[in-house]
Amino acid sequence: MDHRPQAWGRPRDDVYGAYDHSYMQENGPKQNTQQPIVTGTSVIGIKFKDGVVIAADNLASYGSLARFTDVKRLRPFADSSILGFSGDISDMQYLDRHLTELSLSEAYESPDKPRLNAANLHRYLSKLLYNRRSKFDPLWNHLLVGGLDDNGEPFLAAADLLGSTYSAPSLATGFGAMLAQPIMRRYVPDEESAKKLTREEAVDIVKEAMKVLFYRDARSLDTYSLAVVTKDGVELKEDEKLENQSWAFADRIKGYGTQTV
Amino acid sequence: MTSIGTGYDLLNSIFSPDGRNFQVEYAVKAVENGGTSIGIRCKDGIVLAVEKIVASKLQKPNANKRIASVDSHVGAVYSGMIPDGRHFVDRARDEAQSWRQNFKTPIPTADLASRMGGYLQAYTMYGSVRPFGITAIVGGVDTSEETPVDGEVGSGPAVGAGGKVPGKHGGPFLYMIEPSGLYWGYYGAATGKGRQAAKAELEKLDLPAGNITIHEAVKEAARIIYIAHKDNKDKEFELEMTWISTVDGPTKGRHVEVPKELREEAERLARAEDESDDEEEEEKKDDDNKMED
Repeated sequence: MDHRPQAWGRPRDDVYGAYDHSYMQENGPKQNTQQPIVTGTSVIGIKFKDGVVIAADNLASYGSLARFTDVKRLRPFADSSILGFSGDISDMQYLDRHLTELSLSEAYESPDKPRLNAANLHRYLSKLLYNRRSKFDPLWNHLLVGGLDDNGEPFLAAADLLGSTYSAPSLATGFGAMLAQPIMRRYVPDEESAKKLTREEAVDIVKEAMKVLFYRDARSLDTYSLAVVTKDGVELKEDEKLENQSWAFADRIKGYGTQTV
Repeated sequence: MTSIGTGYDLLNSIFSPDGRNFQVEYAVKAVENGGTSIGIRCKDGIVLAVEKIVASKLQKPNANKRIASVDSHVGAVYSGMIPDGRHFVDRARDEAQSWRQNFKTPIPTADLASRMGGYLQAYTMYGSVRPFGITAIVGGVDTSEETPVDGEVGSGPAVGAGGKVPGKHGGPFLYMIEPSGLYWGYYGAATGKGRQAAKAELEKLDLPAGNITIHEAVKEAARIIYIAHKDNKDKEFELEMTWISTVDGPTKGRHVEVPKELREEAERLARAEDESDDEEEEEKKDDDNKMED
């Protein structure tokens, strides 16, 4: 037996030829994150007259494997804002811990009412994301931030791994941008129509959009989290189920999988 | 003070021949001159209160807070040298933060008290430093809920390694840490100028029996601070009060200021009792006078 530990556990040279040691070496430039690993899919959000509704399903995928089915991707901040994470789950956890620390240290000076509103939080996160992408080490997430702005008006905005930011009466990340955004935009094409929307209507629209996402997004789940943010705080439900599904349309889909005719 | 001039009181790192550290004893004197602080541990939470002496009429009322949040579930109040107290709070916050970094969970109050005890004790051993001129009261409610690790994914194993430990968890805890680094857990703690009167009142409450609710404790705390202030009547003071209830209580396990209405109601009751006591005393005096007549 070969007593040298570096020779253990390798394919036999006499069978497979000499071992290619270049696999064990770092070659070329240093590389940071090149792709997300465990991922969460779409987050969707819509403004209504008193606040914002946000939803995301409870799935964390590992490639196409539905790896974790009880992941909470909506995170309240200081009881006054809500954050929805899509993209890399470990980066989400990093941000979550970072924000826990931030909210605690903010509370030292003002324990009774939060100093940072959703607009402040969104600005903070966009700078954090931009800073990381400028180091070529991005946090692989696409975030929605919901809550109230400086004037107490409903606030909804997105920030992505490049540090880009944008805002609209309804927003969606990932597949949702293609599948859910058009549905929500039918109801709230502009700020005026968002100002007329009631809370119940907003929740119904979001629930409908989540259902469409479950129908058409293969990396999605029928259990999801739904949050409503108003001036009274965050109401977060983390164990919602899609209701009244109808898969009748599936009959008409042809040309995929094992189907032969 | 027979010890003065013997030389054993000049340095922290030197014992006197009869085994005392005079620097620590002087630090205790600094505490004994500070505004009274108290803490009450009841069955459903913690109440902290302080007699905040108003040093100048030019200071903004209700500003310059004396009770600090260390973590979301822990508060600290202190009597003695205020800058020392501020540093104590800074250090406690660092400890709470590093605990979260290491263990991804909020620091238990007992562990915070232990670390702060150790920190204060280290300032009694070296010639180059002086002890803290404060006695601090640290109160916290360790959550009784199943606590998710910060940012965790999934819920972890139900049993076995890393699984759930059956039985009761958490609850309210109260500790008092002295300049020597000595700390004990208490049901009711008092320090500062009026501590004797305050302790006497706290003992009457029979706190270990666990009959008092946090709302009652708020009223008692206000009353006790008013009683403790009686020996210091020439100075104006403000009552500052915070509380931490258990998760199912009014503060949901968080350390926050007692709401203004509640505090003012408690103060009104405390003042009413104070005045009726004074009247009784005066009546007594009148009676005495009559008897002399």
